Amino acid sequence: MDKIWLIIQREYITRVRKKSFLIMTFLTPLLLAAFMIIPAWLATFSDSDDTIMVLDESGLFADKLISKDELKFVTLGGSLEQAKLAYKETDNTALLHIPKLSIENPEGIKVYAKKNTSIQTKLKLENMLEKEVENQRFVASGIDRELLSKMKANISITAVNLSDEGEKDNNAFVTSGAGIVAAVIIYFFIFMYGVQIMRGVIEEKTNRIVEIMISSVKPFQLMMGKIIGIAGVGLTQFLLWLILSSIVVTGVQAAFGIKPAPTPIEQMAAGREAATGETQEVQTTEGEVAAADATTDNEANAVMGSAFKAIGNLNIPLIIGCFLFYFLGGYLLYGSLFGAIGAAVDNETDTQQFMFPITIPLIISFIMSYTVVIQNPDGPVAFWMSMIPFTSPIIMMVRVPFGVPAWELALSMGLLILGFIISTWIAGRIYRVGILMYGKKVNYKELSKWLFYRV
Amino acid sequence: MSILKIDSVTKRYANHTALSDVSFDIPAGCIFGLLGPNGAGKTSLIRIITQITGADSGEVHFKGERLRPDHIRQMGYLPEERGLYKKMKVGEQLLYLAQLKGLSKTEATARIKAWVDRFEMRDWLNKNIEDLSKGMQQKVQFVATVLHEPSLIILDEPFSGFDPINANLIKDEILALRDRGATIIFSTHRMESVEELCDNIALINRSRKVLDGPVKEIRDTYRTDTFQIIGNGQLLILSPDFEVLEQHDNHGVFRANVKLLNGSTPNDLLRYLIERVEVHSFVELVPSINDIFIRKVKETHHG
Repeated sequence: MDKIWLIIQREYITRVRKKSFLIMTFLTPLLLAAFMIIPAWLATFSDSDDTIMVLDESGLFADKLISKDELKFVTLGGSLEQAKLAYKETDNTALLHIPKLSIENPEGIKVYAKKNTSIQTKLKLENMLEKEVENQRFVASGIDRELLSKMKANISITAVNLSDEGEKDNNAFVTSGAGIVAAVIIYFFIFMYGVQIMRGVIEEKTNRIVEIMISSVKPFQLMMGKIIGIAGVGLTQFLLWLILSSIVVTGVQAAFGIKPAPTPIEQMAAGREAATGETQEVQTTEGEVAAADATTDNEANAVMGSAFKAIGNLNIPLIIGCFLFYFLGGYLLYGSLFGAIGAAVDNETDTQQFMFPITIPLIISFIMSYTVVIQNPDGPVAFWMSMIPFTSPIIMMVRVPFGVPAWELALSMGLLILGFIISTWIAGRIYRVGILMYGKKVNYKELSKWLFYRV
Repeated sequence: MSILKIDSVTKRYANHTALSDVSFDIPAGCIFGLLGPNGAGKTSLIRIITQITGADSGEVHFKGERLRPDHIRQMGYLPEERGLYKKMKVGEQLLYLAQLKGLSKTEATARIKAWVDRFEMRDWLNKNIEDLSKGMQQKVQFVATVLHEPSLIILDEPFSGFDPINANLIKDEILALRDRGATIIFSTHRMESVEELCDNIALINRSRKVLDGPVKEIRDTYRTDTFQIIGNGQLLILSPDFEVLEQHDNHGVFRANVKLLNGSTPNDLLRYLIERVEVHSFVELVPSINDIFIRKVKETHHG
């Protein structure tokens, strides 16, 4: 056992010290930060002071266009030609011309600009004018807008799971999100580090160190040491990403005062506040437009609120436990096969034919996870795929947040354990023959013979 | 006393036999030459001794005991295809390999230091293997082989890839290791490098042992009682006791290979010559291991 430990240490230390590992580990959170900062930073530049000159010949909008946030309005008088000349002399963004028109038929409104008018600006202006026209129409037909907004119905259904443990709010969005995230992480981890195992084995083979190694340790020890050592590297990188990312994210938020996405706690607080309705009352007094905005805000907040309630309702310890199990189980299953591929070939270009059958179940289960399985987490496809060891690490992880009967989970886990015992056995057999075999192109027939070689 | 006893070992692969019924003893404290052409089965035998593979039948005894996994600690193996972890530093690599052989970290470090001083490798310790020249890498590998002070050292083609200076350095180390009590198995297809070093040999050809024993004895058995004589004068041998195999005359200087027949001795030949010609040189033509090998191989091919 102490030899395996030495091998694990070597595999781990040499990889963790590599420049590529350090670069990957530190660059990824920085890139993440860049993705957060740059758009937010650019947003602070954008059209910060769009000044729109308004020539309102209809007289309907002049005092209604109130300067707000990024849009400033300057009202002009005189003819259109005069206004155009006046606009050209300024740096203002655009000239809005409202001809004489009736509320029933508001047409012919134009925006003149030196450069192309942005869609955003155009939409904002259209929005404001539409609202105003609507208001005037309400007034004209004697409808009280406040009354109207009170009559609007807004229904949202809360889904509740009735189970033995009691009632629980259920949110399909959150539940599937949790599963998909776990599945994606497992998928990438298996791929990235599985290939590393394969490369490591090929490296030992081409370096010809393998003969020295296996005159000191058993091939199986060498293989397992490598697999476990690389798992350690992967977990380290994963953990560092988690820590560094949260440091970077909080750092960025503190330094720039940017809030790209409110933190869960803030959102929850906002959601609860909205639900009490206190803010709603305050906002309705501020005017019709504000009231309408507030309702949509409240809806959003309510959604977020229920989402976080749903997160609270997920069986977090179970999910984390399953995640770790399937994470390691899937990695061991595939990792040993990747190791066997490495042993069977002389260089990386020869790996294709063997990589294919291994990557296919991985890719299929990945695709199925966010299509079929997420639609019907208790359906037959989901069930069978979560039992087969080759697909279960990904598929079962998608199902777990929805709640899986204990016997299914136990069976799936048992099969996965059995699966990786068999795959490591097979890999070990191929490995011990393959690592000493040079200059021979092997095929599947040959590989199957190796299983029963007496070495 | 033999350190290693190979007892009718047979090893078959899918479509050929690597070793068939090979038996011989390797005496302790000697340099043992394992000779044979490429593909004869030398590496297969070494892999069985180092327990990389197992024999299909037959047994190997190490120090009187049946080969056990823990015997590995007492062996050092330098494979023909040399290799080290390219991205690892020399010092770490040596430490790692020594620890895998069961040495403690402190002990391994102390021994590495001693070897590094001996081979003047101090400056390399913190270099990656890939930054070293091929010869340097070989030296590192040699050190790795003997670092754990094995009682049986197996060197597969140890001199290939060494320049003459380093080859001599290694040769001296091999002799020094033997003098300190280690047994060295020395596998090669280059016979001439063996004669000056080896005490005992075994010849393998086409999976079978052809010949084994102490070098001196083997040579004695394959003596041909042939002498090469160089001298002045007209050499004309008419005696039935001597047979001229080959003769060249050049302006009164002759060179002849003469075989003794009918139990005559070298002195008889000398006496015969002295009466007739002026002898400048009189040397026994001893067959080289190479000659013996070629002879034996031919015999086995035709037999």
